[in-house]
Amino acid sequence: MWKFLHKFSSPKYFYSFSGRLIPWFGWFCLAFMLAGLIGGLFLAPMDYQQKDSYRIIFIHVPAAWMSMMIYMIMAIAGGIGLVWRIKLAEVIAASSAPIGASFTFLALVTGSLWGKPMWGAWWVWDARLTSELILLFLYLGVIALYSAIEDKRIAARATAVLALVGVVNIPIIHYSVEWWNTLHQGQTIAKFGAPSIHISMLIPLLLMAVAFKLYYALTLLMRARCEVLERERNSSWVQALVNNNLKT
Amino acid sequence: MSIKQSTFYILLKRDLTLAARHRAEIANPLLFFVIVVSLFPLAISPDSKDLQVIAPGVIWVAALLAAMLSLDSLFRSDFEDGSLEQFALSSHSLSILVLAKVLAHWIMTGLPLIILAPLLAVLLFLPDNAMFTLIATLALATPILSLVGAIGVALTVGLRRGGVLLSLLVLPLYIPVLIFAANAVNEAARGFPVAGQLYFLGALLCLSLTLAPLAIAAALRISLS
Repeated sequence: MWKFLHKFSSPKYFYSFSGRLIPWFGWFCLAFMLAGLIGGLFLAPMDYQQKDSYRIIFIHVPAAWMSMMIYMIMAIAGGIGLVWRIKLAEVIAASSAPIGASFTFLALVTGSLWGKPMWGAWWVWDARLTSELILLFLYLGVIALYSAIEDKRIAARATAVLALVGVVNIPIIHYSVEWWNTLHQGQTIAKFGAPSIHISMLIPLLLMAVAFKLYYALTLLMRARCEVLERERNSSWVQALVNNNLKT
Repeated sequence: MSIKQSTFYILLKRDLTLAARHRAEIANPLLFFVIVVSLFPLAISPDSKDLQVIAPGVIWVAALLAAMLSLDSLFRSDFEDGSLEQFALSSHSLSILVLAKVLAHWIMTGLPLIILAPLLAVLLFLPDNAMFTLIATLALATPILSLVGAIGVALTVGLRRGGVLLSLLVLPLYIPVLIFAANAVNEAARGFPVAGQLYFLGALLCLSLTLAPLAIAAALRISLS
């Protein structure tokens, strides 16, 4: 186990191993996404109250789940990089940030598209929306800090500290926002998934959640491979790789 | 060892002396605070009823921005003349040294805000019964702003254009403080009890007082490497 981890965390091995993994992730992601979309858009029954508009949850809810999961992964990978100085963990943390920000943005956009027919407004200062927006700001801060520091190893460690500070803050932000909102409005307007969801809607939702996770893994590996190549550009194995590619 | 010889005390005294020699730097964020607050009546309306409603929020947002603006000078000069590296190399705990610097910074920037705020509250017709709460929230929360902000400064001190980046890093982390503090003043203005909000701010202060110095020290070591 440990031997495998050590081997896997070397950039060279990671590059070749991840290259073989990518097609697998790609095909499985496509299969799950197709199944989820067909199940969600065609097979699942119409909601008696929200009509067809509710179907956006098959994108919205998995995106919102991913936005929080990726922040945790980013912080944990950053922490591992900070403590054990594992290059691969730094690469994973750095490549996760833009993907997580995109998922957060997607969740916000789909939420607002859903909110227009349901609530009659593009934006409501609901506790969940607000904390998702703040999460997007945290992501953007991490990305901005990473791109501002020239030396990528120092940048990775600095963003790791920021991500860890963010992780301590996220529950505080979440509960303070919830508390702020409930105090102002008395009651929330609508809640996702508060009533028990029907099995014919739950299955496509879970399929989509798996598809999104696979998509994250896929894009993460692709970005991480680029990042590894960029960082290791002076090492002999990257030189050899480039020379081989030039010959063929 | 008496308290006067402890490194914490010596560093605190040094920073306060340094700040006292550069008074203009202390005055600028305060002027900013006053000007921003006085812009709101011009932009919204001079009507006392309108101003009363927005007063807690306006004062708090302005205080937040003023605190953030003043942060830039926290480690700048020590970073440029190399003292910061000496602190990091010394046998004393960097977290404690950093805490002394943040405390000195708060005394020079946070305390004047607390003294100025009641004056601005009068300008915005904040009810008198909210005045004590305003001062209490500022006293509890400006140290949090300094401590959390110092993490951002420590991360960006080595960068040439850290200013705008700093606001992007730090402002989202300030949101809980803003929510509890502005809400407490709002509720006090309406005559509701605010003990809960003040306890929350106190808890946040304890949390940032214990955890932030560690993060600041770690961030500084990265910036110095």
